[in-house]
Amino acid sequence: METLKQKPSRGAKEVLTFVVLLLLSSVTLLTTAGVILSLAGDVVRFFERVPLSEYLFAKEWTPLFAEPRYGILPLITGTFVVTFIALLVAVPLGLALSVYISEYLPPHRRARVMGVMELFEGIPTVVFGYFALLFITPLLQNIIPGLNIFNPLSAGLVMGFAIMPYVSNVASDAMQSVPQSMREAAYALGARPYEVSLRVVFPAAISGIIAAVILATSRAVGETMIVAIAAGQRPALTLDPRETIATMTSYIVQAATGDQPTGSTAYYALYAVGFTLFVLTLILNLVAQYVVERYRERYE
Amino acid sequence: MLEMLVDHETVCTDPVPASEAAAEVQNLNLYYGAKQALFHINTRFAAKKVTAIIGPSGCGKSTLLRSLNRMNDLVPGVRVENKVLYEGVNIYDPQIDPVTVRRHIGMVFQKPNPFPKTIFENVAFGLRLMGTKGSELEDRVVEALKRAALWNEVADRFKNEIGLRLSGGQQQRLCIARAIAVEPPLLLMDEPTSALDPIATQAIEDLILELKNRYTVVIVTHNMQQAARISDRTLFMHLGILVEEGPTSLIFTKPQHPYTEAYITGRFG
Repeated sequence: METLKQKPSRGAKEVLTFVVLLLLSSVTLLTTAGVILSLAGDVVRFFERVPLSEYLFAKEWTPLFAEPRYGILPLITGTFVVTFIALLVAVPLGLALSVYISEYLPPHRRARVMGVMELFEGIPTVVFGYFALLFITPLLQNIIPGLNIFNPLSAGLVMGFAIMPYVSNVASDAMQSVPQSMREAAYALGARPYEVSLRVVFPAAISGIIAAVILATSRAVGETMIVAIAAGQRPALTLDPRETIATMTSYIVQAATGDQPTGSTAYYALYAVGFTLFVLTLILNLVAQYVVERYRERYE
Repeated sequence: MLEMLVDHETVCTDPVPASEAAAEVQNLNLYYGAKQALFHINTRFAAKKVTAIIGPSGCGKSTLLRSLNRMNDLVPGVRVENKVLYEGVNIYDPQIDPVTVRRHIGMVFQKPNPFPKTIFENVAFGLRLMGTKGSELEDRVVEALKRAALWNEVADRFKNEIGLRLSGGQQQRLCIARAIAVEPPLLLMDEPTSALDPIATQAIEDLILELKNRYTVVIVTHNMQQAARISDRTLFMHLGILVEEGPTSLIFTKPQHPYTEAYITGRFG
């Protein structure tokens, strides 16, 4: 029999468990820190050779030319165009789907539909990339004159479908967490199901929905394979979705698989672009977190 | 105990005449799937009076209340037999749209459930559904807030303040304002004070007494003192059966059925 005065024998195990869990969870933190640190050195070396003003304001990105220029703008516009098109597809479709899943599907079917969506999410993006290049682009070329083989339009459209499940899952989670009592209040006032969904549940879940959109944006910005395959690898300062462009991610693929000599400016440029991408997605994720915290209504 | 309620005929003292009834329930049966929750309910709710429904937990009092505005339709697997007459029309007639029913019959819930919108938008919600706009909308929102005795507390901020920021009692009065803004002749209240402190409860009870000048009120409560204080007529339910109904003063002083007596004297429930 244990008496109350005896020290519990579990003490040592408790401490051990705590230490092991702490070590394991610090791995993710340390990895992030490691990534930043390893980038930092090479980023600094890049900016020792290329002035920040050129990086930010020059209109050309031509690291491999005889007279190289290092202006990030063309890569930014390329990323922006693809992301914008992807969101144009993913946001309306994803949100409509999330309203359907959360408000119209009977609960026992919900799990099945969400399962199919997750399957969709699991398709490797390289498959989407070839689908865009070999199927969508030829299709679009019949309709849109002057569409390049490599173009951000079809890459963006396909990417929109690739990130749509992401939007709908996060948004439908947010809508499902709106208390049932809100719906009852609206129904009792004589609202129809679509009015309950659109006037009560959707606004009540708005913080989660905005977060879903921002996270999807961050995902579109960071998406690599689809753009590398279908959007092309020729940096161009244009917003025309028919022109071949390059995004930050597709430049990184190109540079990392190419043959820039280690230590050359073009080689360090890789790190600068990677770091820019890292900062951009970090900002988006922080904004998403802020929006969720700031605009979340706390229901009992 | 149960045998006593087999084929029970409701003990009904001073029945409400059909001419004074705002709503009438005729032989209502209700099933959740295979389980029957209401058995042959027959009663009338007197117009511009407060009727209280009391009874132990699970007796079907909320279910009866929610069958008066077809809120039970939202529960999967619910089946209803026979009639609820409102203004002489059976609201369970297949040709009746439940949405229209709910626009005539207001409801206030157990826990205050304002929308995460401003006070103004909360009260305006039902009015907007019916297409009210502009200055008429604003007038009716203010009118409803006044009638719900909330206006004086929120007059300076009702357009900006979010309804959820109010205190519990204020939230419940907001929900009442929201329900009465569309002028429903019949107002259903499902234990509207059970989540409130005594002072807030007092305010709501005063308000209910005020409201009966304009509206017919049916209130479910587990609080017998409350039923005694505010209602004109009381229904006592047990196990899905309407055991006894009558004028409140009689139910609480001279209950006829042994179960009613046992319940109001606190021997069960």
